[in-house]
Amino acid sequence: MIRHLLSAGDLSLDDATLVLDTADEMARLTEGRAVKKLPTLRGRTVVNLFFEDSTRTRTSFELAAKRLSADVVNFSAKGSSLSKGESLKDTALTLEAMGADGVVVRHSASGAPYRLATSGWINACVVNAGDGTHEHPTQALLDAFTMRRHLGELAGKRIVIVGDVLHSRVARSNVLLLATLGAKVTLVAPPTLLPKGVDHWPCGVSYDLDDALAGADAVMMLRVQSERMSAAFFPSAREYSRRYGLDSRRQSLMPPEALVLHPGPMNRGMEITAEVADSARSVIVEQVTNGVYVRMAVLYLMLAGTNTTEEA
Amino acid sequence: MTPILIQNARVLGGDPQDILIDDGVIAGLGAGLGKDGATTIDAAGLIALPGLVDLHTHLREPGREDAETVETGTLAAARGGFTAVHAMANTDPVADTAGVVEQVWRLGREAGHADVRPVGAVTVGLKGERLAELGAMAESAAGVRVFSDDGLCVHDAQLMRRALEYVKAFDGVIAQHAQEPRLTEGAQMNEGELSGRLGLRGWPSVAEEAIVARDVLLAAHVGSRVHICHLSTKGSVEIVRLAKERGLPVTAEVTPHHLLLTDELVAGYDPRYKVNPPLRTADDVAALREALADGTIDIVATDHAPHPVEAKDCEWDAAAFGMLGLETALSVVQHTMVDTGLLDWAGVADRLSFAPARIGRCDTGGVPHGRPVAVGEPANLALVDPSTTTTIDPSTSASLSRNTPYEGMKLPGTVVATFLRGRPTHQAHQITGGTAGGNT
Amino acid sequence: MSRDLTGAREVLDGDDVARALTRIAHEVVERNKGATDLVLLGIPKRGVPLAHRLAQRISAVEGIEVPVGALDVTMYRDDLRLRPARALEHTEIPPGGVDDRIVVLVDDVLFSGRTIRAALTALEDIGRPRAVRLVVLVDRGHRQLPIRADHVGKNIPTSLAESVKVRLTESDGHDGVLLDKPAREQREPAETAASEVQP
Repeated sequence: MIRHLLSAGDLSLDDATLVLDTADEMARLTEGRAVKKLPTLRGRTVVNLFFEDSTRTRTSFELAAKRLSADVVNFSAKGSSLSKGESLKDTALTLEAMGADGVVVRHSASGAPYRLATSGWINACVVNAGDGTHEHPTQALLDAFTMRRHLGELAGKRIVIVGDVLHSRVARSNVLLLATLGAKVTLVAPPTLLPKGVDHWPCGVSYDLDDALAGADAVMMLRVQSERMSAAFFPSAREYSRRYGLDSRRQSLMPPEALVLHPGPMNRGMEITAEVADSARSVIVEQVTNGVYVRMAVLYLMLAGTNTTEEA
Repeated sequence: MTPILIQNARVLGGDPQDILIDDGVIAGLGAGLGKDGATTIDAAGLIALPGLVDLHTHLREPGREDAETVETGTLAAARGGFTAVHAMANTDPVADTAGVVEQVWRLGREAGHADVRPVGAVTVGLKGERLAELGAMAESAAGVRVFSDDGLCVHDAQLMRRALEYVKAFDGVIAQHAQEPRLTEGAQMNEGELSGRLGLRGWPSVAEEAIVARDVLLAAHVGSRVHICHLSTKGSVEIVRLAKERGLPVTAEVTPHHLLLTDELVAGYDPRYKVNPPLRTADDVAALREALADGTIDIVATDHAPHPVEAKDCEWDAAAFGMLGLETALSVVQHTMVDTGLLDWAGVADRLSFAPARIGRCDTGGVPHGRPVAVGEPANLALVDPSTTTTIDPSTSASLSRNTPYEGMKLPGTVVATFLRGRPTHQAHQITGGTAGGNT
Repeated sequence: MSRDLTGAREVLDGDDVARALTRIAHEVVERNKGATDLVLLGIPKRGVPLAHRLAQRISAVEGIEVPVGALDVTMYRDDLRLRPARALEHTEIPPGGVDDRIVVLVDDVLFSGRTIRAALTALEDIGRPRAVRLVVLVDRGHRQLPIRADHVGKNIPTSLAESVKVRLTESDGHDGVLLDKPAREQREPAETAASEVQP
């Protein structure tokens, strides 16, 4: 297993499968039993270092760590190091001095977890909990885990990811992980919301949602922030949802058993209608539950065993 | 001052000759020179170049003396073989008045390691709103001829036109930092496949090329010359090439780092590789080398941009743009241009000394630079040993800052000695070999 | 065959294993006065097929279905930090649970006792059995905790340098127990306990 989880692309097929299988066991070990807590990470300290607000991701990591009996410290440093005093480096040195074994970091700057992991400021394992517009590997893992529970092995499965790919760390991580797992991914977005060079990514690209939905095994809707509108990425919210929103008519274009996913938080009425979000094929709430299992698996695999620096 | 006799130096890479320096000028040039009482230097195997002239240096003083001072920056310049540097205007306060440019010029004189030629800001406070007092700066003791808002682009077309026109009165030149601001809002690296993958905001080539194209057309329209700073893209090269074919009055520079490094280095998010304009692709690098070889790009300028440790010891987005360049420039040029056969040493002398001095209009006047290595000319010289290989170690830099992108790289060539009007401003080791009188 | 290709000595052959399991099945039933309330939990990997075989034998004797499951103790081990994190095995608790049942833990080799200690802790988080008993195919000694087996297939005195390898048809193609003396230096049982059941 890798020492830091920075990018979904760092996971080999074996690693990714190990995480998903372990998450399966975590679900099995905690679902419907008297004591949901496992003693595995007793005495280990996990720091949730959140430079950006995200109650759901932080809570999910916190619960995962606590279920494994780790000591959890929430270190909330709202605003970047630029705007508020302490630098990333000083924060890292503080955490190191406190004896953190694992640091779960969320940051508005792409690559901030790389700096933490590679700069020599800390020895702790670093888990990327979302960095800027770069990646969010545990989200991709929980998405894959959720889809795998319903669809079986993902090799050959057709998965459509729709929305603001340009600014989406969820999309980047999903494309990399799903490619590793052998799924066929199609990105659908207006051309303005696709990054340059997307044609080199291990996936297909389409501007036509109706077309892409036929034959899909799952569709993942990405959150579209309304401020993109003022930056002229698209003319209006109404036009966006008409062309790229998932409504009942579009859902009916998919095979009846196809899944609907969304990383949350949703803009109901924008990228997804309430009807679809609450439909029987929507696994959006389940994604949240599964997030805890996947994060338990990641924390277990990264923190339970020998730390490479202790070995040396 | 004791005369200095440099023996067996290959002037501009030619056959070995002796160079006699006396009273700050080249007093003799030829085989088997002798001079009683002269200090001799055995320069066998060394290349003698005219003192290098940098058209693009950030000395940071006044305002950011924690990053660099005129003293330390010019010391780094001397170590790199430079005898003159043009100090960019983005200091604090901005060099937009005669007072500030004279202060910088005077600090350079006091330091004495290299002549400092201040660059004046084009607009007041680099704000891009109204012209600074360009004439006053030109007429000051600093004798400013190069004006630039470097770091920021003079993006207002009307303002740029006026600036180009206005400096004709005193033979000035506008050095444009070509960056269309709207296309580069929040830009962090070259826009391409990698920026998409890394989730870093892209700095597209077109944002440079659009301004380069506009400005060569504006310069042609008003009959003024324009200089393009740190050209970084293949597209810009093509525009400048076309402009020159049409005889338009444009000159251009390329930095050493854009001749060597590519955007792939950004993949680890190490801010040492964060620079503006950003590192581009291997394709761009190849086009830039070719353009420098064929003269489409006139000069190499360092864009030496010192930053304190904390400005780079942080996340990528928060890090400052810029790299050190003075001490490594010649090595990078040797590596990328000479050792590859694209340029000979005479070409190096042109691109790093003659041409930049001409563009900056410091090739004439009381203390000229970029003069031929010839009898009667000021003894501004750099002696280079092209046979060495050095692993770059930031801790040995003369600069106050350590933000070199070349740390750990092996680069060829060493500047063995630099002479400013006959006075050694840098010696890599004790090279003077005693007093001449007899035979060598 | 008394030595395999690696030079390990076979201390139990397939027939010996079968006979030991049959005897243990009878002992368990006798001790429990029937098969009522029994739940067999195998400790992965090789404890699980052993538990299934025992259950079959008990059912054959008593004529009632005996619930069988698997209890992975990896998350409860005290030696996790000594090695890289390992993949988890399946935990499968039979639908009836363990509350107020007689849980019989089944493992292949009893060595330091640490695996059983972990299993007892794991069991605590799942429910509250009326009693817990332990079946092992081989007891090789060298206990580090006050733990003993209720039913043992064979006691095999070993030196710490030796390793005991259990082979089962389900995972290895044939049944047998090998005693191997590796050319390596002596290791602590805590480190070897898991590797000898997962070679």
